[in-house]
Amino acid sequence: MTEVVVTGLGATTPLGGDVPSTWEALVAGKSGVNALEEEWAQQLPVRIAAQLAVEPSEVLPRIRLRRLDRSEQIALIASQQAWDDAGLSDDLDRERLGVVFGSGIGGALTLLEQDDILEGTGPRRVSPYTVPMLMPNGPAAVVGLEYRAKAGVHAPTSACATSAEAISWAADMIRVGRADVAIAGGAEAVIGGLPMAGFASMKAMSTRNDDPERASRPWDRDRDGFVMGEGAGALVLERREHAEARGAQIYAVVAGSGLTSDGYDIVQPDPECNGGGRAMRAAIKQAGIDPKSIGHVNAHATSTPVGDMAEVKGVKREIGEHVVLTGTKSMTGHLLGGAGAVESIATILAIRDGVIPPTINLDNPDPELDLDVAANEARKKDLDAAMNTGFGFGGHNAAVLFTKP
Amino acid sequence: MSRDEIREGLSDILEEVAGVNPDDVADNKSFTDDLDVDSLAMVEVVVAAEEKFGVKIPDDEVANLKTVGDAVSYIEKG
Repeated sequence: MTEVVVTGLGATTPLGGDVPSTWEALVAGKSGVNALEEEWAQQLPVRIAAQLAVEPSEVLPRIRLRRLDRSEQIALIASQQAWDDAGLSDDLDRERLGVVFGSGIGGALTLLEQDDILEGTGPRRVSPYTVPMLMPNGPAAVVGLEYRAKAGVHAPTSACATSAEAISWAADMIRVGRADVAIAGGAEAVIGGLPMAGFASMKAMSTRNDDPERASRPWDRDRDGFVMGEGAGALVLERREHAEARGAQIYAVVAGSGLTSDGYDIVQPDPECNGGGRAMRAAIKQAGIDPKSIGHVNAHATSTPVGDMAEVKGVKREIGEHVVLTGTKSMTGHLLGGAGAVESIATILAIRDGVIPPTINLDNPDPELDLDVAANEARKKDLDAAMNTGFGFGGHNAAVLFTKP
Repeated sequence: MSRDEIREGLSDILEEVAGVNPDDVADNKSFTDDLDVDSLAMVEVVVAAEEKFGVKIPDDEVANLKTVGDAVSYIEKG
């Protein structure tokens, strides 16, 4: 069977403008959450978020910024890093290059900004770039254009499972022979009044406004919801023979992935994690490995009361009690459509370095938490295989299993 | 307004909305072929030019404005 490997990584997150700085902060247990000082935030019940550590305006030229939604800007930045990291040559056959890049919500900030212009000064001043900026396939399209990808550009949209799903699709794209190389990832940038108010109305977000760095606390007894973050992650996936022929560095193997749906509720997670568990099982089956060899799961763990504990049940049932969990959203906040990509990068680097980043703020574990979590401090552990999971509103479940190269 | 003044104003707009280097702006330059101003960018240029020069540039007229010189002449006629 065709083996798919990871040869390039890129990210821009609340913890750093690239992968090395993000990884260093994750291992050190730093929080990227801060109080929102902006005026629009002051009327909201939630006034905390994990904003980008490096503004896109510090990286991209002015005219590019002007024509791209913030989610597209960071998709491009993460992909540029991943592309450079992979060291692909200019003569790569573009008909064998694919892109699978998603966003949970799309260009919501552009939509709102242009609506203000429409209401304020009328339709003629609405930007001609409005539609390509707000369409949910925008990040994928921008990345595809940048690298002239011609094997297919796809944009999965499955809320918070989006970019774990993107990695799965991209691996499949290579496995079935549609591409030799694929850029996979996700981006989200919707820290703004309406999206924040919407999530707050659902009571899905933490309201720990007076203590931002301690607001995201997966599996802690006092968790009260997720913290919105913004960011993007990108991975270059490649057919193993293609990577080896050009002498590329190989971070990890995408050994298997699983995609399922709950058929349960539009927003509530299945409390038994049946769908999530089936995604894990499918990934393990595709990889053909013993679940005992999976030493670590970078869990979805958003810091919500129901979801965190449901996933623990799923992991225990499908993988076992030997595994060490972590929830890096405790530090990055919830990057929604960007989460799976950034967390898969953390999972891959955990395998590379033999270090599991901590779950910070786990001061008083939920009494039902009966799995080992790398609480508050990074954990050294040799890893042959590790999994990343992502679950999204709508009942979407994704699990991606990485192994040592 | 003189042709030079119009060209200068147009050059400012082109720099602001499309990142065109003012040194590249001359009457014989084509918006699409020489200055990399595509159809969407041209929409922004036209809206900004209408405001700046107080003229109306109807959509079916925009197709005829192939070069900087064409645009300067159209605005000059007012």
